[in-house]
Amino acid sequence: MSVVLEQIFQVGFLAAIIRIATPLAFATLGEMFSERAGVLNLGIEGIMLLCAMTGFTATSLSGSLWFGVLVAVLTGMLMGALHALFTVALGLSQHVCGIGVTLFSSGLAYFLYRLIFGQQSVPPAIKGFQTLPIPVLSDIPVLGPAVFNQFALVYMAIIAIPLAAFVLYRTPWGLSVRMVGENPRAADSAGVSVIATRFQAVILGGALMGLAGAFLSMAQFNAFTFGVVSGRGWVAIALVVFGRWDPWRSAGAALLFAFVDALQLRMQASGLGHIPYEAFLMLPFIFTIVAMAVMSRNAVAPSALLKPFRREER
Amino acid sequence: MPAPLIEMRGITKSFGAVKANEAVDLSVAPGEILGLLGENGAGKTTLMNVLFGAYAPDAGEILVQGQPVRITSSADALAAGIGMVHQHFHLAPRLTVLENLLIGIPGKSGRIDRAGGLARLAEIGRQHGLTLDPDLPVSALSVGEQQRLEIVKALFRGARLLILDEPTAVLAPSEVDGLFSALRSMAAQGLGIIFISHKLNEVRALTHRCTVLRHGRVAGRVDDPANTTSAAMAQLMCGHEIVPPARGPSTPGADVLTLDGISTSKHAGTVLRDVSLAVRAGEILGIAGVSGNGQRALAEVISGVRAPDAGRMTIAGQTVSRFSPREVQALGLGRIPEDRMTTGLVTNLPLADSMVLPRIGTAAFSAKGLLKPDAIRAFAEEQIKAYDIRCPGPMTRAGALSGGNLQKALLARELAFDPKVLIVSQPTRGLDIGAARFIHEKFLDMRAKGCGIIVIGEDLEELLVLCDRIAVMYEGRIVDTLGSAEATIARLGLLMTGAEGHS
Ligand SMILES: Nc1ncnc2c1ncn2[C@@H]1O[C@H](COP(=O)(O)OP(=O)(O)OP(=O)(O)O)[C@@H](O)[C@H]1O
Ligand SMILES: [Mg+2]
Repeated sequence: MSVVLEQIFQVGFLAAIIRIATPLAFATLGEMFSERAGVLNLGIEGIMLLCAMTGFTATSLSGSLWFGVLVAVLTGMLMGALHALFTVALGLSQHVCGIGVTLFSSGLAYFLYRLIFGQQSVPPAIKGFQTLPIPVLSDIPVLGPAVFNQFALVYMAIIAIPLAAFVLYRTPWGLSVRMVGENPRAADSAGVSVIATRFQAVILGGALMGLAGAFLSMAQFNAFTFGVVSGRGWVAIALVVFGRWDPWRSAGAALLFAFVDALQLRMQASGLGHIPYEAFLMLPFIFTIVAMAVMSRNAVAPSALLKPFRREER
Repeated sequence: MPAPLIEMRGITKSFGAVKANEAVDLSVAPGEILGLLGENGAGKTTLMNVLFGAYAPDAGEILVQGQPVRITSSADALAAGIGMVHQHFHLAPRLTVLENLLIGIPGKSGRIDRAGGLARLAEIGRQHGLTLDPDLPVSALSVGEQQRLEIVKALFRGARLLILDEPTAVLAPSEVDGLFSALRSMAAQGLGIIFISHKLNEVRALTHRCTVLRHGRVAGRVDDPANTTSAAMAQLMCGHEIVPPARGPSTPGADVLTLDGISTSKHAGTVLRDVSLAVRAGEILGIAGVSGNGQRALAEVISGVRAPDAGRMTIAGQTVSRFSPREVQALGLGRIPEDRMTTGLVTNLPLADSMVLPRIGTAAFSAKGLLKPDAIRAFAEEQIKAYDIRCPGPMTRAGALSGGNLQKALLARELAFDPKVLIVSQPTRGLDIGAARFIHEKFLDMRAKGCGIIVIGEDLEELLVLCDRIAVMYEGRIVDTLGSAEATIARLGLLMTGAEGHS
């Protein structure tokens, strides 16, 4: 056990947590915006995969990483708009459409990837994002190398958290998002367009999911594989509940999950070899389930979550 | 008379086969309080929703200060200076007062304009005596305060015409006075007000003019409500005369429901403290009190929803042991809950299903674990006819019915099974006088048949008409019980404020 404890207090371990947390934080914030407006987006898993693919492809074809990120974000927005079209404009079941979007996006990702790259024995790779040390700050002991010697996308995630809180709680648009998620009729009778606000929130959510996907294929793995997302989207949905639909808490939940995940990676590597490694892989998910059961007992979802808005119905 | 502020001309609106409004004309002048009257389902709410842009009319036009305007959304209506306080409030309970107020208001340099909002709120508060704590969540407000917030919301957006859809149905009598003085102050400043109510004495006290709807059409207008009798207005609304029911002397029998030392704890709201009461067969017992003094807990205990911590309850001589709705029902209790929409009926199911719901497991409606849809339908059809429930048919979604018709449906459902005891809360809230009269008659019929009835209510006039005895609740206790001969509005009112009973 002391081996494990030693590992925890290493700089590398801290850096690993933050790296693992980054795509989760983007995804969780994205899902949170969507749900705060009253739209559950189960398409997240597939959207992340498709964005990982389009971002990777755009970079590998153009050679520009930031162009790839842009393409991934636009892909996410497009898929968000698709989900909103079904669930907000047409008022169809959010569960069914979300699963549909995930299946469609995943299938599209595989298909386009094969179409563009064919079947290669060695999967194509790109030179992904490199760490970008921030002068002065990265010299702080322990914290410096762990937090301030990271990919640019990590810094973006760190900034995204307070920004999301600001937008949600301090701007008129954020208030509209919260209102359409709580009582769309109230928003409507106050002159706020429920349909437009929900579209915007779901599309913003899609953009953040796009960043999550881009991080995976362009900073973390520098390649696109079919398992690149491997359930992170589903985890984000749980983390939103765990984080009680609040940006700060959701980000905290992502960090906590990342901690357990980093821990199990270390445990796999640290000679506790007689235990099958799959047991360690389960750890973060068991943690999520337990944390959800304990923490979200009195979490209250946005009142209008899952409910389509039709004005002339009563 | 000054030029009209708002004019509606030839408004027609249908929902499927139902013509909710047909060629309706209506106008309001600045500074005028217009009463909008009509039976349940006459189309008042629909007409106002058209004016407020929530429903698109099939025909007709709206003029604001003489200019035709197209109103296709609430945003258009607000821009035209029209504000509305809905029958069911449009608020987000988990957001604060200020957030509910500032929704849809552009911010200042990208942020919510908190300071500006606070200043406007204080100003409106000063002008009309409508004060609110800006940082409380709306869920912490009383119903009266929520309504105040809705009014402030409309004024905040610069409304020059304020529509209030049955604002007094949810208020305690003491709160009504406050509302009226605020409305008079607004009218004095040149605002136009449309006031919907089924309580004709309120209409006569407040309004300057009335428009009466019947079956979606304008049935007539009243130019001088203060000097028109309620009976005349009622005749205009219903098309026939309404005679008050006569309550004959009662011949009460044995106790059908007794509570002995019932106390509750551990739940939100007022708890019950050592409540004892008895209802006899063929008797109507009223429970008067300002709402929030334990009436809800009392109704929940009696209907088996909540088990008391101490005390004993009997129904028809049998002690209730497990306190479940099924048990008390099996012992012969019928109930009509306060909130028709949430605890009464399932608004998304067909009316027929809701009407048999409490007895879905009985042999009449199911056998061998399967429902008997034909029996359910036939039962619903029969009740719809017997109680004159206005709806397209038994398979209509219950939520589409108007309030009065929902109440009739609930009453039909309970009375069809000859309960020994009936407990009802606010039985005629939101009902037109014709419907209220009908419900009262049914209660008196049941009383004559030997049913014991408990009526929980805030409307003292109604209690005095119906009840043989009236118990007054205050802070979870029964402070006194008066017989019909000694009960007066003044005495009940005094007891309701917690002044000691004489015993
Ligand atoms: N959204 C809707 N969908 C279908 N039918 C509706 C809808 N709104 C109203 N109706 C129908 O239109 C008619 C008029 O209803 P409305 O609610 O305007 O009556 P009201 O005069 O406000 O009655 P109340 O006094 O009970 O509030 C009723 O028959 C009602 O069932
Ligand atoms: Mg109405």
